[in-house]
This record gives sequence, C-alpha cells and structure tokens, in this order.
Amino acid sequence: MSDQIRLKKGLDLPIAGAALCEVTKRVTPGLVAVKPTDFRGMVPRLLVKEGDSVKAGTPLFADKKNAEMVFCSPVGGTVDAIVRGDKRKLLEVRVKADGKNEAVKFDVPKISSLDKQGMTSLLLQCGVWPCLKQRPFGTVADPQADPKAIFISGMNTAPLGADRDFTLKDDLAAVQAGVDALGKLTKGGVHFSLSAENYAGSEFHKLSGVIFHQFSGPHPAGNVGVQINHISPINKGEVVWTVDLPLVAVIGRLFLKGVYDAHRTIAVAGPAAKNPSYVEVPAGVSMKDLSAYFEEGEVRIVSGDVLSGEAVGPDGFLGFYHDQVSVLKEGNYYEMFGWINPFRSKKFSASRAYPAFLRRKKYDMDTNENGGERPFLMNDVYGKVLPMDIYPLYLFKACLAEDPDKMEQLGIYEVIEEDVALCEYVCPSKIDIQNIVRKGIELMMKEM
Amino acid sequence: MAKNFFDKIRPTFSEGGKLSWLHSSFDAFETFFFVPNRTTRKGGTHVKDCVDLKRLLIIVVIALVPALLFGIWNLGFQHSKVFGLGWGFWQMVWYGFVKIIPLYLVSYIVGLGIEFASAQMKGHEVSEGYLVSGFIIPLIVPVDVPWWMLAIAVAFAVIIGKEVFGGTGMNIWNPALLARAFLFFSYPSKMSGDSVWVGGLSKALAGGTPWKGGEVVDALSGATPLSHASLDGLSAAGTSVWNLFLGDIPGAVGETSVIAILIGALILVCTGVASWKIMCSSVLGALFVGWLGNVGGVTDIPCWEQLLLGGFAFGTVFMATDPVTSAQTECGKWIYGFLIGALCITVRLFNPGYPEGMMLAILLMNTFAPLIDHYVVSANVNRRLKRAKTV
Repeated sequence: MSDQIRLKKGLDLPIAGAALCEVTKRVTPGLVAVKPTDFRGMVPRLLVKEGDSVKAGTPLFADKKNAEMVFCSPVGGTVDAIVRGDKRKLLEVRVKADGKNEAVKFDVPKISSLDKQGMTSLLLQCGVWPCLKQRPFGTVADPQADPKAIFISGMNTAPLGADRDFTLKDDLAAVQAGVDALGKLTKGGVHFSLSAENYAGSEFHKLSGVIFHQFSGPHPAGNVGVQINHISPINKGEVVWTVDLPLVAVIGRLFLKGVYDAHRTIAVAGPAAKNPSYVEVPAGVSMKDLSAYFEEGEVRIVSGDVLSGEAVGPDGFLGFYHDQVSVLKEGNYYEMFGWINPFRSKKFSASRAYPAFLRRKKYDMDTNENGGERPFLMNDVYGKVLPMDIYPLYLFKACLAEDPDKMEQLGIYEVIEEDVALCEYVCPSKIDIQNIVRKGIELMMKEM
Repeated sequence: MAKNFFDKIRPTFSEGGKLSWLHSSFDAFETFFFVPNRTTRKGGTHVKDCVDLKRLLIIVVIALVPALLFGIWNLGFQHSKVFGLGWGFWQMVWYGFVKIIPLYLVSYIVGLGIEFASAQMKGHEVSEGYLVSGFIIPLIVPVDVPWWMLAIAVAFAVIIGKEVFGGTGMNIWNPALLARAFLFFSYPSKMSGDSVWVGGLSKALAGGTPWKGGEVVDALSGATPLSHASLDGLSAAGTSVWNLFLGDIPGAVGETSVIAILIGALILVCTGVASWKIMCSSVLGALFVGWLGNVGGVTDIPCWEQLLLGGFAFGTVFMATDPVTSAQTECGKWIYGFLIGALCITVRLFNPGYPEGMMLAILLMNTFAPLIDHYVVSANVNRRLKRAKTV
C-alpha cells in the first residue's frame, strides 16, 4: 500500500474558465517550434538550416556540452525559420509540417533487454531524453548523473491544469512502457504520486513497477518538487530526476511504436478562452493554430499555467514541458479606490482582508498587478502557501543577497520557480519572487 | 473626472516633464485614488492576488479607530472630572477632538513629509508604512506634549529609526514606539509623573491658578492607575477593574480602553493582518510573570489584572504585532510574544523607576527578534544538514 501525505498549506486558485472534460478536438499540425529556451542549462548547437526537410525525430539541435543530447523535430516537414534574439541567441527552430507526418523509424529493443547504459544512449539518440528534468535546479537531466530516484507526479493541481486522467486515458500502455523504461535508469525506483481523494478512481493506480504515494491538499500538492520534499528531500550532492506525466507517455510511445511521437492533449482554458476545452495538438504547436479558442481583444496567451507559465503571445508556440494554454484578459486599467472598497466582489484575494474567502465562486482573473511594488513587509503570507520544510522569506532574501552558502543552507536545491509561484501570487508587496529565485538558481549553477 | 485630471497632469511628472523630479509624489497620490494599470511582468505569475499593502495597512488604521474615538471622549471626560466642570458628552468629545487634531497634523505632516522627501531622493515609490505609525504616535504620547517636541520625535523616529536602515520594511524598531521612547528619555518631565496624562493639568499646575473659574478637584487623580501599583492603591484611587476595562481613567489617548483595543484586536485577527500568535503569547507571558509576582509576594495585584493596566493591551495588539519588527518565523513569534509579555510585567514589578514596561519590553524584543529568528532558522538548516548526513 502507498503512504498518504496530507498537505494543508497552499491555495487552489478559483479562476474561471476550466476546460470541460468532454470534447476533445484535434489540430492538424501546421507550424510548430522547438524552443531551446525551454531547456535550462542547455547551450544549443544548431544541426539544420532553413529549408532542410526533416521527419519527426530528426535532430534539430544538440547540446554543446553533450553532443549526444539531441532535440528533435516533433513533426515531418521543412525547417521554416530559425529565430534568433539578442546576441544571436537561438530562440526557436520552426518547422512547417507537410501533412504527411513522416517519422524516423528507430530500432528499439525490448525494455527488459536494456541496462542503464543502453537505455540512456537509446533515449538520447531518439530525442526523448530532454523529457527528463533534474533537480536541483530543474535542468535537463545529466546523462552521466546517478539519480537517487525518479519522481512522477500523477496529479495536476495547477490552476486550470489539464486533468491527466482524461488527457492520457487512451495512453495507459504508453505510460506503463514509459515507467518501465525509467525504472532502468535508477536504483532508487520510480516514485509515482496520486491524489488521495481520487486514488482508486485514477486509472494510473493500475501501473506496475512504481512506488505509489498519495497526496492530498491544495496546490502546489501536485508539484513534483513539493512531493519530493515529503518523500525523500534532496540533500547537497544528491540528484533526482523528474518527468512530467504527459512526457512519460512520449517515452513510452518510443517503445510501443518505435518513433518520436510527442503529440499531446492540452487544456485550453482561462477566463478569456472561448469554449475552454481539450485539444489534441503536436508538440510545440503554434498559438495561431489555436486562435479559434481565444477571445478577441487584448488577451495574454500563456503556455503553461497562470502561475508559472510563459506568456508567448498570439504568434508564440507551446513550451516543450507544457500541456496547457491559459488565456487571460490584460488588466491594464485603473480602478478607482479599489484598495479601499470593502467588498471588491470582482477580485479574488486569498487574504482575509477581503471577504472573498466567504464566497464560493470562480473569478475572471486578469493580469492587473493590483498594487504597486513595495519592500517585503508581511512575513507570514509566504509560508502559508509553501508546504515544504523551508523558510521561504529567508531563502528569497538569501537569493537577493546572492549568497550561495546561505541559499544552500536554506534549501535552494529543493525548489524551482514553480514551487514558489504561489508565494508570488499572494505577495502583498507585489515582488517578483520567481525572478528572484530564478536568479538565485542561475547563480548557484554558475558557482557549481 | 479625477481620472482625466491625473491623465492631464501625468506628462508633467513623467520623465522629461517639468516636474519629473516629483514623480514619486505624483505616483503616491495617483495610486491613492486609483489602483494602477500595471500588469504582471515577464517571468512571474500572470495573475496576482488583489490584496496590497495599502489594503492591509488601512485595516490596521480601522482597527485603531475604536481606541481613538474612545480616547477622544476620555480626554474630555478626564479634563472635566479633574477640573470639576461637569461637561456634557459633546463638550467632552469636542475638547478631546481639539486636543488630538494638532497632534495628528504634526505627526502626519512631519512624518509623511520626510517619507515623501526620501522616496523622492531615492526615486522609489512612496511606501505606505507611515500611515499606521503616524496614526499610532498621537495615541501613545501625553496629550499635552508640546508640538515641537512631537515633531522632533517623529523626525527622529522616521529618519534614524527607519530611513537610515533603508526605509519601510527594513527598520529594526517600531517607529511609533521609537518616537515615544525618544520623548521619554529626552524630555522625561513632560513624559512621566502624575500630571501629564490629563489634558490641561500640567499647565494648570505649573501656572499656580489652575483654570479660570475652576479648581483642580484632586490633582492626584491625574496619575495613571499604574502608579498605584497595588490593590490598595488602586481602590484608594477609586479605580475598579471595570474602570480599567472600560478605560475611563487617565492615560495616553489610545491605551486606556481595553474594550476598544479588543475590538481592534478582533478586526486584526479576523482579517489575518496581525499575528494572533504574538498576541496570545504576549498575554501568556504577562500572566506567567504576573502570577509569579503574585505568588512570590512582590505584588498583590492578580495576574489577570495586569493585562488591563497601562499600555499592555495596546502594545500587545498594535505594536508587538508590527510585521516588520516582530519575529518573522512562526515559532519565533511565540517566543518573541511571550518574552514581551514577561518583560513588561517584570519591569512593572521590579523597577520602581519605570511604572510602565511595555514600551521598553517591545523595543528590547524588537532588537532581539532577529536573534530569535536566527536560532529558529538555524534549527531548520541543521535539520537539513543532519538529513544529508544520515542518508
């Protein structure tokens, strides 16, 4: 039987516009992109030119530090554009699908016949290795590292997050193959967390070869970082790997079908989404192909969830690790005496300074900051939304002070930005906490 | 309409405008009227909670209002009682009102003036922190304090207590208490003694002929109950427990009425703005030392009555809970609050020089709060280190 861990701290955002679990639509691949910026710690070396024809599974670029690690095109077609930013930094490799969707056929042996070495080089060669992320710091997994264990979160508590029981309901075999493959990579086992409320209701409890854990509680209980902190916290010098559940299926499909197949079912949701629904899309899908789901006017299109996703704009592309697009109205308006209004019924606040905690309704949240930036003042708001054995305020201040020793002592190895996103959401001083932690992590990576 | 006005004058204060150096001040006024149109930034959360510091601080101010209103009435009541004037309710309120308004003017003009100037110099936005400090200061100083003294005290508290450390959020000591401490140690004759706590009394005593047409009925009744620190003393002065609780006794404007302060405490705890942990532990600490004193024969005042005396209630609810200067860790808050309560009563019981210990207890614990936090956080760090070793 699995252990049950109850988390009390956290917050489920009552944001309107959740996708209905009924209809799944399909987007035929048009333009897709692979974005090197999705992969922390990776320096890309381009392998294709504009106009090259590629298949699904053809490497587009590789890691300069590790030539074996390749990043593949998710569809067959031609390389449409190579987009660079400041200092010629590689931002996107865009591929135009030709509709035939040809794929590179890999010669994949049986999972049981592979050892760690063989499994590692197979996953690297077939371009699915980037599905594995490494903690500390949330980089792409280092193939040379020896991870303590591999963690998969089978629950998604992010605001408007895709219900994986629904999106992967036809992919159970692939998920099983994926965890079997991952099991070859570590001696510490594959840890799989499920929601305690819906443990038996989830198809995933039938998986074999994994160690189950049950979590209950509000967001971020579904964040794998929080779960690791309760199952087996990361200590100095240790490394663990994590894989997002939709990407476990991508690894599994390699063994079932012998191809790199990164398509996924995503939730297109949010207060400014038209008919919020689930859509089957290729990896790196262009937001233009999804524009039928966005309301007109000034909207912000976010790849990922509203707390830690990336604003990609109407011409952007879905991030490699994301299975959700959130659509929000831009909140660039003035609100007269908003802060003194006793009720302010259109806005949500987790603090009891507003009566919002008495109401049970969903809010049309927008991107207004709801205040100006101030110094840290309130000290008890952050701990209430971070269910980890960490003193968040002290960690943030250590990051601000750029003090690696302090950061290490206070637990920088155990968090990445998404884990502290709620701290930023509730911060009454409107401080960019995720950016602070991001800078801290980048500094730590430089120091090590 | 107000929107149009701000839109019209904005270019003058924006970069390149004639008054661009006054940008912070413009911003402060604009954000007072309007929640700004700023949207969430790149790399952060895309939605944010609608609570901001203005909202949290205005709740503290609202929580202080009952104490202020009661204090205004009580000013008139005490004056009328001491001078035997037999005033009606509205006369008392008017007297108190006239007495307190100049203190507020001095407190806000000097304090906010410095805050604006320093924000201007640094090019920051003006922080709202002083709204609360400025509201508290007139409530804890003697009502007859000369305005120039108050102005110096406020300037000291804001400049030395706050701005030199980097402004709001960085200060070590509670600015309001610092202002009071400054007055207390710089001008002791105006700050303590039997006559300073009733409006008009010290002036009347100094002048010989007290009040046109009136006689000071009983000069001694101007002393706060704390100076009769025994049961006999209290009953001799005609002060019952009910008086202490209701607050119709001489004292600083805001501190006398435990009922009014409890209403404020209720607001603060219900809205979650102030820490109930600090309030509870401070009460526990005071009860503990009060009980020790009682058992040990130092005092005959029952420990729970200590909670009603002097500035204990006001300090516990409004000043010990200041989020900047209190302990920042949840465990640290229990220790911090307990020690404040315990120290306050200790000073009361064992130091004949200072009948009131709350101010010094809070300031002392403000000083030690970072140390308490340091040990609490170190425990967390050690837990992490130990975990690494055992695995």
